[in-house]
Amino acid sequence: MIIMKYSFLDKSLYEIKDKVVSGERLGFVDGIALYKSNDLIGIGYLADYVRRKLHGKKAFYVYNQHLNFTNICLNRCLFCAFSRDDGEKDAFALSIDDVRSRLMERINEPVRELHVVGGLNSSLSFDYYIELLNTIKEVRPDSTIKAFTAVEIDYIARIGGLSIEKTIARLKKAGLEMIPGGGAEVMSNRVRKKLFPRKIDSNRWLEIMEALHSAGLTSNATMLYGHIETLDERVDHLMKLRELQDKTGGFAAFIPLAFHSQNTRLSHLPGTTAFDDLKNIALARLMLDNFSHIKAYWVMIGERLAQVALSFGADDLDGTIIEEKITHMAGAKSAKGLSRAQIEYLISSAGFTPVERDSFYGKIG
Amino acid sequence: MNKLDRTIEKAASNERIDFTEAFTLLNEAELLKLAELANKKRQRLNPEPVVTFVVDRNINYTNICISGCLFCAFYCPPGHADAYVISKKELKEKIEETLSLGGTQILLQGGLNPSLSLDYYIDLLKFIKDNFPVHIHGFSPPEIAFIAEKSSMSFEDTINKLIDAGLGSIPGGGAEILVDEIREKISPNKCSANEWIEVMEAAHKCGLRTTATMMFGHMEKPEHIIEHLMKIRNLQDNTGGFTAFIPWTFQPDNTRIKVEKTTSVEYLRVLAVSRLFLDNIQNIQASWVTQGDKIVQTALVFGANDLGSTMIEENVVAAAGVKFRLPKEEMIRLIREAGYKAAQRDCFYNIIKPH
Repeated sequence: MIIMKYSFLDKSLYEIKDKVVSGERLGFVDGIALYKSNDLIGIGYLADYVRRKLHGKKAFYVYNQHLNFTNICLNRCLFCAFSRDDGEKDAFALSIDDVRSRLMERINEPVRELHVVGGLNSSLSFDYYIELLNTIKEVRPDSTIKAFTAVEIDYIARIGGLSIEKTIARLKKAGLEMIPGGGAEVMSNRVRKKLFPRKIDSNRWLEIMEALHSAGLTSNATMLYGHIETLDERVDHLMKLRELQDKTGGFAAFIPLAFHSQNTRLSHLPGTTAFDDLKNIALARLMLDNFSHIKAYWVMIGERLAQVALSFGADDLDGTIIEEKITHMAGAKSAKGLSRAQIEYLISSAGFTPVERDSFYGKIG
Repeated sequence: MNKLDRTIEKAASNERIDFTEAFTLLNEAELLKLAELANKKRQRLNPEPVVTFVVDRNINYTNICISGCLFCAFYCPPGHADAYVISKKELKEKIEETLSLGGTQILLQGGLNPSLSLDYYIDLLKFIKDNFPVHIHGFSPPEIAFIAEKSSMSFEDTINKLIDAGLGSIPGGGAEILVDEIREKISPNKCSANEWIEVMEAAHKCGLRTTATMMFGHMEKPEHIIEHLMKIRNLQDNTGGFTAFIPWTFQPDNTRIKVEKTTSVEYLRVLAVSRLFLDNIQNIQASWVTQGDKIVQTALVFGANDLGSTMIEENVVAAAGVKFRLPKEEMIRLIREAGYKAAQRDCFYNIIKPH
């Protein structure tokens, strides 16, 4: 294998290489060593080794549509440029009719997945969420509904006065099939206190994910990096996800999310650099040995770096999206959407084979 | 062992690679393998973990141009409402601002403007040198060839006159792809590939250092890229006058060439092969103007050891729809986060200020 020949510039990576090649699980110390290393090519080789064993030269994408039904949010996390208080002039909440017309605008496109997330809006009722799912299912019966982060699920349960299990059962019955991985941020109480004190803590996030998986729902997992978190906190986060995945096997993909500071209350922080972005992709591929898929989310790292990330452990570019809002409110310079031809060209011109997938990584066509 | 493996071994052992070997690497090698080989070459040629940049400003003295290149969104034909020739007042302000921002040089380039004579260029250079302690990196080979032809002078005589007036070095622009078959399609009125090489040869003979560039991602094929590199390497073997090589990608917006924009992976592959093939050129510059901050930082492990200019002002690429910004402080941060030391350099790649 190609990896055997590379002479690592960072000698501490040899030990990690031995583990990777023999399939031994990496530990906390290995994670830190990888983050601290500047041997980007060496880290890339290690991650690419694992990626190829799992997926060869395949690179996945989904034809999807984002739907943000409200930006009114009780949490008002410091890193968010999307949320508003009720009554602010650009605050919005889509009525069910609005949702229907948003979906109808693109009804002629072969959308396979609807990614539906919103703020914690106290004027929306439990029934709104049910009706939202029913409506989407009615308009788009053949698309998968991937909706509501664990944070929203917790909120929906509270406003419905139901247990998490009962809430999930109701949402599932209304059409919910998959849960996006947002809201985990960085699983650290220290960071939570400073940046997202009103949001559920990591224990609760994991608890809800476990309940979702137990109910037979698949979810993704994420990590928001590049703000005030430490390397220890990042590795710890990955290990918590790995632990739950050992237990449930319910995570489909992990998505590192590069923090964008513009228009947030952390706007003094600079953006993440390519080295950090590629390391986060590679680290995820190496640490999360029980996750099938690592996503390079082009909205956050830009389509140009996402293409490079395919050689650094990523096997999925997310989707076509068309109308991304949350990251663009925070100053993302990436495109707001990509056509199927554009995304396939990114993949094939990087030497990989594009595979259009459904939400569960089944091949389309 | 197949051809690719043999070539990889040859490149890894620091042997010079030939045309077909470069072609094989460009088309077949894995992306990380190209990075590994190019990075090794970079470490041999520039063993210090330093990444340099220059603080300067692009000053385009005129946008009037009779060249009419299909890939250009900047030029205006003579008589057009937006056509201009820079005034001395504006020029003075731009240079004053450059110097106040710690700049050491200006990149002085413009269109092939038929109403300007040799005297104009000489006066322009003298005016700058009489008023400012600034290095002038100016007039790419198509401009030199145009001035020489208009004045019925040889390239050498023209260059010597410009040197006397204050020209300090020549930028490697206008090379596009040094294959006439392609030049005839994309820039039919511009100097030929041979003339470009002849101007550079004359400049090197006159004692001027120059850079070399390549614009790819339009109508060329991979073999044309290698042919371009071959011409540059051959001249460098003779003269040693090139300080750096700068490949960059064609930006199709607002131009008359309708092609898919070159992707970052394609750029990084060409960059790495350039580092490997041009074993006689010390420096390889990554192009943040066309690639953006993330890809130029990645380029530091694909053979690049220089990030070019902080470019207080840039007009030509911006006119083609690309507006990446990279201020000095941000450039230094990118370099440091990649594990290198950052340093401001002069036009000859001497370090003038470590950061």
